[in-house]
Amino acid sequence: MSKDISIKNGANLALTGVASKEIKIAKDSSTVAIYPDDFLSLIPRMIVRVGDRLKLGDPIFYDKNDEKIVIVSPASGIIKSIDRGEKRKILKVVIDVDGDEKVRHEINQSLTKEKILSLLLASGSWPYIRQRPYNIIARTDKMPKAIFVSTHSTAPYDVDYDFLIKERLNDFQKGINVMSKIIGKPITLTSSTNKESIFSNINNVDIININGKHPSGNVSFQINKINPINMGEVIWVINPEDIANIGSFFNTGNFNPTRTVGVSGSSVKNPKYYKSQIGGKISSILSESDISNYKGNRYINGDPLTGNKVDFDGYIGYYNNIFSVIEEGNQYRMFGWLPFKDNHIPSFSRTSFSWLFPKNKKVNTNLNGEERALVVTGEMEKFFPIDIYPMQLLKACMIEDIEKMELLGIYEIIPEDFGLIDYSNTSKIEAQEIIKDAIQLMLKEVG
Amino acid sequence: MNFIRNNLDKIKKPFEKGGKLEKFYPAFDAFETFLFVPNHTTIKGSHIRDAVDLKRTMVTVIIALIPALIYGIYNTGYQYFIQSGLDFTFLDAFLHGSYKILPMIAVSYAVGLAIEFGFAVYRGHQVNEGYLVTGLLIPMIMPVDMPLWMLAISVIFAVLIGKEAFGGTGMNILNPALTARAFAFFAYPTYMSGDKVWVSEASNIDGISGETILGSLAGGQNIDYSSVQMFWGSIPGSIAETSTLFVLIGAVMLLYTGVASWRIMLGSLVGATLVGFLFNLWGANELMSFEWYNHLIVGGFAFGIVFMATDPVSAAQTQRGKWIYGLLIGALCILIRVFNPAYPEGMMLAILFMNVFAPLVDHYVVGANITRRLKRAKV
Repeated sequence: MSKDISIKNGANLALTGVASKEIKIAKDSSTVAIYPDDFLSLIPRMIVRVGDRLKLGDPIFYDKNDEKIVIVSPASGIIKSIDRGEKRKILKVVIDVDGDEKVRHEINQSLTKEKILSLLLASGSWPYIRQRPYNIIARTDKMPKAIFVSTHSTAPYDVDYDFLIKERLNDFQKGINVMSKIIGKPITLTSSTNKESIFSNINNVDIININGKHPSGNVSFQINKINPINMGEVIWVINPEDIANIGSFFNTGNFNPTRTVGVSGSSVKNPKYYKSQIGGKISSILSESDISNYKGNRYINGDPLTGNKVDFDGYIGYYNNIFSVIEEGNQYRMFGWLPFKDNHIPSFSRTSFSWLFPKNKKVNTNLNGEERALVVTGEMEKFFPIDIYPMQLLKACMIEDIEKMELLGIYEIIPEDFGLIDYSNTSKIEAQEIIKDAIQLMLKEVG
Repeated sequence: MNFIRNNLDKIKKPFEKGGKLEKFYPAFDAFETFLFVPNHTTIKGSHIRDAVDLKRTMVTVIIALIPALIYGIYNTGYQYFIQSGLDFTFLDAFLHGSYKILPMIAVSYAVGLAIEFGFAVYRGHQVNEGYLVTGLLIPMIMPVDMPLWMLAISVIFAVLIGKEAFGGTGMNILNPALTARAFAFFAYPTYMSGDKVWVSEASNIDGISGETILGSLAGGQNIDYSSVQMFWGSIPGSIAETSTLFVLIGAVMLLYTGVASWRIMLGSLVGATLVGFLFNLWGANELMSFEWYNHLIVGGFAFGIVFMATDPVSAAQTQRGKWIYGLLIGALCILIRVFNPAYPEGMMLAILFMNVFAPLVDHYVVGANITRRLKRAKV
């Protein structure tokens, strides 16, 4: 059974250097690391200290807001360092990989809902589940009205989940079965229309085919069209690969930190997929020789619109299936503000002829202008396919008017939904940052 | 290019943090960013950005204004020579117009930008591009014989009270260019209306009768201009408003680039047509029976809907709001023209009036969205 829906508005950003469909197994990572910042609003409380020996699956820290949520070690080894920044905020926890010991959990054949929940928490698989509103790790005290898994990917450099999951269909099915037991109904699985999908034979799912440009791959917009969130309701969202990881846990009893990343970008010589793990060292998938001018690039965990900047000697993020490498844009452009000049920069505005060259484009990190007050109106709506006024919501967020934020739809959106707005808006407003701060304010004031 | 860049980097030193002229960095920055799009890279949010920025948007508007401006310059000379009965060539007319209008543009930019730079340095923010458009618009909508000092005072009022008092570009409630015109209109009425201001030197030469069409109609006189003349623009009026044709060329550029809202333009057109048509049916006096299509091509109507009503800061901000805002501007403009002969030019007042009401329109449009979403929650 499948249903088709269309999500209008939006635009695809076709960039050059998309990962080809070829998977390479990454080298073993000598160290792995977890960035607590990958989990919005999580306040880490360390369970281990530097020098402690851990198995894969041993807890490293828990969340101060919800102590049942633990983040476990993605590898067996010894804690090498706990790097802290300002106000002793933990930036990352680094583990020297050593040995191959794993924490094993007993999985009974007869799994009840309660048993599943406690196993997910104990094994460290729980952080794979993120909840809407807010896109934080699912709170343990509130059960969802639905669970969404999106295989419809539209972001620039986004991975093809059919390709990524096809070797792991067993684990994927198991994960779906287990999670659907929690809500007692099928999981909502979205996929792209007009595409033969390996997911069409999966059981326990309601398949919904989505037709649309970016950002129709963002789950917020899919939820809004399929099963909108109202005040007080919760929906869980899980990445396809994490469903397979959860399934793998229930098949084997071991926490599975597999992370396959599509490495893309104009600076990557042979962009392709790498099978690595959460927190794997970037140098275990890419060497300096794989990248042209490796010092002049920006490395991003995630896609170029929404990802997090990371150093070349950094680590793969917790949730990202995309790793992008694009040139830094620290050059001047003479009279670059003239209309119809520099058409090589992809632009959604008709003040550029870039639409005449729809071929894959090369981009860099230049801001292409300066930040200004909001002047142009009506441009954000073009990239916001639901019945929410993005600019009015942003303004409510800027003045921290909580009541207005609620009324205008803060519960239905997350920062990444403003990625294209960040990209396209004339005034170079940092929309994602504004929404992120607003969500943190909501968590603090409303909970 | 490298040569300029290197020199610029040298000059930049004292303006940077800790330098002697640090306070004046915004002023230097304005010149630097005029020459070069800066080398700033993204720090937060999306790592990549569109090529469009506010400078490009504003420059697009300026380019769109140029056809109307050039025709306005020519028409200034043309009206002068025709009315004085002298022989003239195209060049004569153009030179006379330039002689009159270029100083106005220079004064408008000099005074306005000086205030903008002053505020930028004082407040420590970058110089906004908004005034590049406003500064050109102001002389374009003034009568040609306005003394330069009056123009300067109108600019000061518009920039200080109309814009900076609210926080600068993007924060103003009223369209700054129309604020300048409204100020001049009420402060110096003898220079802004009547039959001696619309044609260059009209007050010095006897025999020139430079009444605008709307002015003549309000006075109950006959019109000896044809619709073609009105459309082409060889009629007396504010400098650049007379030619519907050249305004339309600008409109095409604004609509193609998407810089101006087609909703507002179309809305105004529909509003004015409807109201004009209704008055034609009624036809109680000269102004009422003035054909509805002629209403669209005389006075500041075309210039107003293309360049003034579409100012995104002072217009309604929601898509639906823009329709309502546009419709009401069109309707009000004709209403004011017909019912208030003291103000034959209704466009300025209609737009300013709707500028004030745009936030209210948006408030109800957004309110409807909120109600819709709350309703969904209850189902």
